[in-house]
Amino acid sequence: MTGGNSEQHIVGYGKLTTVWLGLLALTALTVWVARHNVGISHVWGSLAIAVTKGGLVIAFFMHMKYEGRLLRWLLFFALAVLAIFIGLTFFDVLYR
Amino acid sequence: MSGPLHKDYVGAKLGMWLFLFTELLLFGGLFLLYGAYLARYPQEFGAGGKEMHLGFGTLNTVILITSSLLAAMAVTAIQRDERHRVIGLLGGTVLCAAVFLFNKYLEWSAEIGSGIYPGSPRVVTGPPGESVFYSLYYLTVGLHGLHVLIGGAFLTLVAVRVQRRTIHAGNYVLLENCALYWHLVDLIWIFIFPLYYLIL
Amino acid sequence: MTSLYQATKDTISFWNDTGKTGITSWIFSTDHKRIGLLYFYSVFFFFLIAVLLGVLLRIELMAPGRTIMGPQTYNGIFTVHGVLMIFLFIIPGFPGAFGNLIMPLQIGARDVSFPRLNLFSWWLFIFGAGIIITSLFTGGGPPDTGWTFYVPFSERTGTNVSLAVFGVFAVGFSSILTGLNFVTTIHRLRAEGMTWGRLPLFVWSIYATAWVQILATPILGITLVLIIAERFLGTGLFDPARGGDPIMYQHLFWIYSHPAVYIMILPGMGIISEIIPVFARKPIFGYKMIAFSSLAIAGAGSLVWGHHMFTSGMSDMAILVFSFLTFVVAIPSAIKVFNWVSTLYRGSISLEAPMLFSLSFIFLFSIGGLTGLILGAAATDIHVHDTHFVVGHFHYVIFGGAVFAFLGAMHYWLPKFYGRRYAEKPAIVAWALMFVGFNITYFTMMVLGMEGMPRRYYDYLPEFAPLNMVSTIGSWILVSGLALLLVNLFRGLFKGEPIGRNPWEAATLEWTVQTPPRTENFEEEPVVTHGPYDFKGAGIP
Repeated sequence: MTGGNSEQHIVGYGKLTTVWLGLLALTALTVWVARHNVGISHVWGSLAIAVTKGGLVIAFFMHMKYEGRLLRWLLFFALAVLAIFIGLTFFDVLYR
Repeated sequence: MSGPLHKDYVGAKLGMWLFLFTELLLFGGLFLLYGAYLARYPQEFGAGGKEMHLGFGTLNTVILITSSLLAAMAVTAIQRDERHRVIGLLGGTVLCAAVFLFNKYLEWSAEIGSGIYPGSPRVVTGPPGESVFYSLYYLTVGLHGLHVLIGGAFLTLVAVRVQRRTIHAGNYVLLENCALYWHLVDLIWIFIFPLYYLIL
Repeated sequence: MTSLYQATKDTISFWNDTGKTGITSWIFSTDHKRIGLLYFYSVFFFFLIAVLLGVLLRIELMAPGRTIMGPQTYNGIFTVHGVLMIFLFIIPGFPGAFGNLIMPLQIGARDVSFPRLNLFSWWLFIFGAGIIITSLFTGGGPPDTGWTFYVPFSERTGTNVSLAVFGVFAVGFSSILTGLNFVTTIHRLRAEGMTWGRLPLFVWSIYATAWVQILATPILGITLVLIIAERFLGTGLFDPARGGDPIMYQHLFWIYSHPAVYIMILPGMGIISEIIPVFARKPIFGYKMIAFSSLAIAGAGSLVWGHHMFTSGMSDMAILVFSFLTFVVAIPSAIKVFNWVSTLYRGSISLEAPMLFSLSFIFLFSIGGLTGLILGAAATDIHVHDTHFVVGHFHYVIFGGAVFAFLGAMHYWLPKFYGRRYAEKPAIVAWALMFVGFNITYFTMMVLGMEGMPRRYYDYLPEFAPLNMVSTIGSWILVSGLALLLVNLFRGLFKGEPIGRNPWEAATLEWTVQTPPRTENFEEEPVVTHGPYDFKGAGIP
């Protein structure tokens, strides 16, 4: 529990670069989708791509893939709370 | 208390993640407002989105993603005790941050120049939904830019400590935590980009 | 100050074992006990100022028309009373004072996970408090918006809203840092054998509270930033003429401020769960359910904020959903009350001050909770929203609940840190005066509210005058009880009878260390072999 060595998970440069390339590709994709789909129906598509990009950043750049269950569940919990805040507000916004 | 502070690597990381949750919720409030107003003003948000500079936005997205790569590599480098590489990578990250902020400055200068800023005559007399879009844009991107500045400052501090060897392969949680903070800055932009630049 | 060290003169303890002396040894200390006392005295200072403001408000309301102040002053005073009580007393005070003093000891730790961050939290609190106090005396004067800072008035009023709100932001940030410090501490620094199932219920309550501090406070943060942006940048996000919606402000504000009331009450409930078993000489009934209910209250309580907005213009669907969820959150609170009462049943009850405060907590909180149901049911809320019924309700839960628990904790735990105790008989008299005075003051408010007297109004119709007079007289009885309590308690702490290691014969870990504790708490890390209310297991008859 002291120092960093016992808990180390080293993500190699190669893997990080591959993730980076993936992120760039998804960025290109999301720009392409936006330019070819007018109207806000593609908001969900853009968000889905953003969530995927975010997932890659969290999993590999932030090492979440290699962390313990506790941290993963806590992140899920925090995001769920934000989603609930937004969701319950929409009971007002959508039904006026 | 005698002796050095007791070290708890796992605890330090847990604490940092908890802090990141608070940042997610902080920006979450602005995203909540965005969602609510988007539902009310879909057309006007699209019109506002068209006024955004897609080139700048895309370039800044690429810059931040790259900076995140460099920060992640810096963590790998310190774990492998590659001290010089760490400093180089952190330097690269901070450089990306500086370029990002410079781009922002150019972008905002152009937008303010064309009369788009909170409370400007053009915005106040224009469609109300567009006013909301622009206000949210400036607030969200402004708050994000502040975090870029803070993150860049912290990474610089960390680089200095690596140089002085107070951060090293046996004790690098401060670098890891600052890198986590930096990734969060990238993460938030990953959501800002489609919501403000791709809402066409 | 020499009498401060009387009890500790012959004892080496955290008061004198660091080798450092003077004020800097306190305000730069990273010892959770010293920081806890720093918080305690700071928040209590603001509490007393806010009590004085409350007394002044009640004097003004004693009779119709002007009594001692004009309408602008009145608006400023009820705003500042609320801001001080909520942001500078109860929200920072419970976790900051008692969380800091007690939680690390109760889990068998030397200190919290991030002691320097802990000190920084207190400094940030002091900084924010300083900003808020400055805002009262500069610029356009103290804010007159109510502690809720509703738009559009908070955007337009010439009073010092921006500065006050910035101070609240700093205090909120302090709260966030304390929350994350405590969650990390409870996860990482429990002593060997201190499983989650053996944690004292006060620790469970601090844990649940800390999560609310972490996840809800940032929303307050962004809301306060938005007020400043609206005032300075003209962003127009809540201005209908600019496409904004004032109800969105209320959503953002209450998404924090409703869970905030659980920051206020959960530690109090934790304290009750500590005191009742000890003074009934019985293990707590339903430990698991009480622990679970703390988490459930924090969780469910984060889903109900719209019940502050039934009359705002929100959609009927939202009214339905929030009203239903509000009834759900009453359930875990009721579970606690049932379990406390079950603990008392066939217990060997001794009615000393901590127990009296705890028992009256149950009574007063229950009244507050039941009146909360009237407010939570949308149909009845329409009638009593923004009346004195609401004022009565929340004073029952916050004052009769949280603050009575706070006062009980002061009598229960402060002697451990000072090595001396208060005198019991004056404490009981003080409690009785407070209990009687409290009910007279606030029950009448609920009647007035039902009869139609609005809240936050400077004046009222003549028919409300008699009960207002009664309420004000009640406030004088209440405050005289509080004064007696404080004189008795603090005289006792500094000059009273010395106490031993475990005067209440409790089974939690803070009573196993010397009185007062050493800086690092335990000589060796304790190994826990029994539950927190297992008196036999702790070797206590």
